[in-house]
Amino acid sequence: MTNVSKLAALQILIGVVTFSANASAQTAAKAPDPATVDAYLKSTFGKAPPEWQARIEPDETLKVCNAHRNEVPSAEADKIIKRELAKVAYPADGKLLGNWKEGQKVANNGRGGQFSDPEGTVAGGNCYACHQLELAEVSFGTLGPSLTKYGKDRKFDPDEAKNAYTKIYNSQAVVPCSNMPRFGANKVLTEQQIKDLVALLFDPESPVNK
Amino acid sequence: MKHAAAGSALAAILLFFSGLAAVAQDASEKEIERYRAMISDPLSNPGYLAVDRGEVLWAEKRGTKNVSLETCDLGLGAGKVEGAFAQMPRFFADGGKVMDLEQRLLWCMQNIQGLDTKDVVTRRFSGPGRASDLEDLVAFIANKSNGMKIAVQLKHPKEQEMAAVGEELFYRRGGVMDFSCATCHADEGKRIRLQGLPNLSKPGKQPQDTMASWPTYRVSQGALRTMQHRLWDCYRQQRWPVPEYASDSVTALTVFLNKQAMGGEINVPSIKR
Repeated sequence: MTNVSKLAALQILIGVVTFSANASAQTAAKAPDPATVDAYLKSTFGKAPPEWQARIEPDETLKVCNAHRNEVPSAEADKIIKRELAKVAYPADGKLLGNWKEGQKVANNGRGGQFSDPEGTVAGGNCYACHQLELAEVSFGTLGPSLTKYGKDRKFDPDEAKNAYTKIYNSQAVVPCSNMPRFGANKVLTEQQIKDLVALLFDPESPVNK
Repeated sequence: MKHAAAGSALAAILLFFSGLAAVAQDASEKEIERYRAMISDPLSNPGYLAVDRGEVLWAEKRGTKNVSLETCDLGLGAGKVEGAFAQMPRFFADGGKVMDLEQRLLWCMQNIQGLDTKDVVTRRFSGPGRASDLEDLVAFIANKSNGMKIAVQLKHPKEQEMAAVGEELFYRRGGVMDFSCATCHADEGKRIRLQGLPNLSKPGKQPQDTMASWPTYRVSQGALRTMQHRLWDCYRQQRWPVPEYASDSVTALTVFLNKQAMGGEINVPSIKR
């Protein structure tokens, strides 16, 4: 253990001691009953248009993720993968790679889906919010893993490209309760946009692989 | 005038350093910290203009009853402002519910002043040429808790319910992106693009630093903002529906976050990006 982490551990310990009353309140606190939570949600979001309210009504998968705070037991995990995989629609012509240049735009675009967006806003994938992709783009987040050289590292394997398409289309078909949005299943991105992102990852000419 | 000039110089400085962050995140974070410390001086933080405006509004006679807010009970007795913010949100027996400061101010405007709050709520967030009474009043009142520690109120069953529901909402995923608060704020040392994200899932320093520094003057918006605005903007970025201003879920989240932030020493208005 480094001195810094020792210090951090000590601070946490002090925190625990100082706020023990609070901590015990936290362990004693039972999860509120669902009707109570719904009443709170209604008071805050109840005036939003019905289609907006429908978006925060958890589906079968999110209900499980919420109940377990994403740490699902394996039996539930298998059910999620099965359910979410069934939602993935692959391109009819079997071609998974679109245009990586268009993919760059999708990866950089963080618009769409916000209540401040004008109607008709083209949604992006906002990939850089969470992932590193091409090295030239230094403004990247770290919530997800780095994807630099993604295709090259996988020897441009077509099966891996299909996995990537699946993952972008519906992250939970691969990782149950993944933090990543289900871009295709939730209709955030179109099939073409997803293909363009797969090209960004798997086209040998894509700057991600340079 | 002096304040405005200081504000724009400051904006330039902060923008300069957020640019540098692209090159050297850690070094520039430290520099921004240094500048934050320098400009926390009330004479150069434009947020203190809101404090001054709020002080005037607090004493101004308004409404059908033509009285000021000076008899409003913020939890520590009628008219007592010092330390009140540090213990809010809290349960108010007269209103029969847990209220945050904004909810309480609206209650006092309606019940003590007889003020029609429609216009006040329309101006809940300030903009160019449009002052917000609520932002100004919160700045004034919160500032009177400086040096005090966040002391979340959890004695009343309704306060406990707020904390429990707030925690539930923190982890509740939804919207077209399946995001919850926890998607961005439940892990250590993460960033979104270049912006560092505090881990608010565990009690301790990160939630303390966060909650003890709101309300804040936001340089990028040129406005003083309160937690009401911060959570409204979080829900926008989460792709959730528009949250109703001063409503129960927002207050519940604030109670939960203040619980995580117990003991944090308040110093507001702060100044942020």
